[in-house]
Amino acid sequence: MAAHQAEVLAGIRDPGFGIRAAVRKRASLAGCRLLVGTSLLAATALVVTAQQVPQRIISIVPSVTEMLFAMGAGSRVVAVSSYDHFPPEVERLARIGALLDPDVERILALRPDLVVTYGSQADLTTQLQRAGIATYAYRHGTLADIGATMRELGARIGLDSAGSLAADRLDRQLEAVRERVRGLRRPRAMLVIGREPGSLRAVQVSGGYGFLHDLIECAGGANVFADVKRESLDVTTETILARAPEVIIELHYSNRPAEAVVAAEGEPWHSLSAVPAIRDGRVVLLYGGELVVPGPRVARTASLFANALHPEARHPLPESPTGDGTSGKPSRATSRGTPLSPEKCYFFGSATR
Amino acid sequence: MTALAVARLPETSIRWRLVLWLSVFGAFALAACLGAPLVGTTRIDLVQAFSRAVPFADNVDAQIFFIARLPRALAAALVGAALASAGVVLQALLRNPLATPFTLGVSAGAALGSMLAISLGLHVSVWGVSAVTAASFAGSLFAVGIVYALARTHQRRFSTNVLLLAGVTLNSFFSAVILFVQYIANPAEALRTVRWLMGNLDVAGYLPIVASLPLFAAAFLAFAWQPRALNLLSLDEDAAAARGINVVRSQQLAFFSASLATGAAVSLGGPIGFVGIVVPHLVRLLVGADHRVVLPSAALFGAAFLVVCDLVARVLLAPLELPVGIITAVIGGPFFLWLLIRQKC
Repeated sequence: MAAHQAEVLAGIRDPGFGIRAAVRKRASLAGCRLLVGTSLLAATALVVTAQQVPQRIISIVPSVTEMLFAMGAGSRVVAVSSYDHFPPEVERLARIGALLDPDVERILALRPDLVVTYGSQADLTTQLQRAGIATYAYRHGTLADIGATMRELGARIGLDSAGSLAADRLDRQLEAVRERVRGLRRPRAMLVIGREPGSLRAVQVSGGYGFLHDLIECAGGANVFADVKRESLDVTTETILARAPEVIIELHYSNRPAEAVVAAEGEPWHSLSAVPAIRDGRVVLLYGGELVVPGPRVARTASLFANALHPEARHPLPESPTGDGTSGKPSRATSRGTPLSPEKCYFFGSATR
Repeated sequence: MTALAVARLPETSIRWRLVLWLSVFGAFALAACLGAPLVGTTRIDLVQAFSRAVPFADNVDAQIFFIARLPRALAAALVGAALASAGVVLQALLRNPLATPFTLGVSAGAALGSMLAISLGLHVSVWGVSAVTAASFAGSLFAVGIVYALARTHQRRFSTNVLLLAGVTLNSFFSAVILFVQYIANPAEALRTVRWLMGNLDVAGYLPIVASLPLFAAAFLAFAWQPRALNLLSLDEDAAAARGINVVRSQQLAFFSASLATGAAVSLGGPIGFVGIVVPHLVRLLVGADHRVVLPSAALFGAAFLVVCDLVARVLLAPLELPVGIITAVIGGPFFLWLLIRQKC
């Protein structure tokens, strides 16, 4: 892990102090001009700011925050969203709201020179641009988009090689997972991303588009809803019975579930015993908020999926890029709801009953 | 036809109309309940579904029929019947044609209960009843208690105006609290709660239905006592009292039974809109204003209506499931407008 950080840092190097001071001077000059209030000068300031190498970055998108840290730009991040919890360094950074409630006043007060917004935050982008602050609009996409975003973002903040390095590293990790499951039979898989607690109502699954679908395919599974070109869809119990998945992977977003909670969460699946995954005890509950963050840690998620889809080719998990101490050794479920503690992974189904 | 005129109709005429309409709506409800499990996105082999040669645990056709479809149709029938009759009762009690089962804040209370259960991540389920279902029923009781306490005047008689105002205010207050809970919940949970508000009848088993059955049974039993009193109450309280109706008791019975039916329906299927207003009006248009005919007819037609709406919800965009609340609103809204325009003409 330390080696990785060194590798990333070696390729990047922050601009020297001289450049930084000059940049700050120009930024403060831009601020003064804005205060004067003439539109012409403001426009000039906008151009000047856009051309600078950003030194004070605010990220409203947790996955982009992770990307910034992975490419060694963590020291330039001055504030993050209220949902950011990774890497641990973000805990001491300022919070500026999130997707629905960005605190524009606070953002402006922090004098950022680049704000990473989500693509749908058009109002915020307009407000920031009016204030002469550069923005980078991001949207969740496919698995390939994660690497592409790291490259693009790296170039945007003057860390071209670090961005490419981080992206290459992710590509290598994903390729390693693909290699592990190459040639193995691809089981029909269903990825559940939400349902009403304690029942099988409003079961929401991954459709055939987006990074979660790509992760299933990368981990050697055949998504039973690959034909529905959507990120997610609600399905009925009839559809689950009809599509007959051989493995069900269910994502939960709490980090440390109590064993009783896991047992209660797995219980409702038993009613659909004709589904092969349930009959054969191959309902896998995975816990962790990071599972749905399309950032550098997706390689770890891919590995978890591969372990769930191909227990015959289980493999230790890759270390997470900035290290969260949860990389674990392979372990096996022997009884219903047996926790595989390092992986926060639980098996359910009639066969283990 | 005014309710007073209705009350004077000869008994034999009422009996014949009751038989006629109950058989019509009864046949419709029965056909919907029996037909709905036969229709779906998957082609199933009925012989295989009823076959005992394959154990049920491995029989996909049987599980689709008996777990995915039949309980759904039954839940839809119960919820539809409860919401439609609660609508009839509340429209009579409040003497307001725009009253719905959700007017008195019962559904908002139920919604708040379920939101809290989802946001707090309560995973316990006892006897097939999830914490969400239990919390939503508790929420509806809470709302009923508040509205009842507010609406009781010194003579213990209900002030229908206060009842309406209390209900409307409570609805907005609970909605605000719901928005607050959604706002502070994390995005995944907020999405779950929004989905709950759209209604869902995919109960995937009989336990939730069985657990709520005593509540529905008590409500329907109470409804069966009320038609005569409702005929008079919907006209005028004093006139009802003059004709020997115990106004206070009738009002209490109407209020609590309608609230119980609504609470049970919402906790089983979510706050499914429009059933409680469209069905009563349509039925009145067909059978007249006598609650002795309207109430059972609305229950049967409400059952059939929701079973059909739920069928549409599960097949229209398959494999996507469309929330049933969207279907009832899409069918119910324009239909209700058409009714209004027709009546004007």
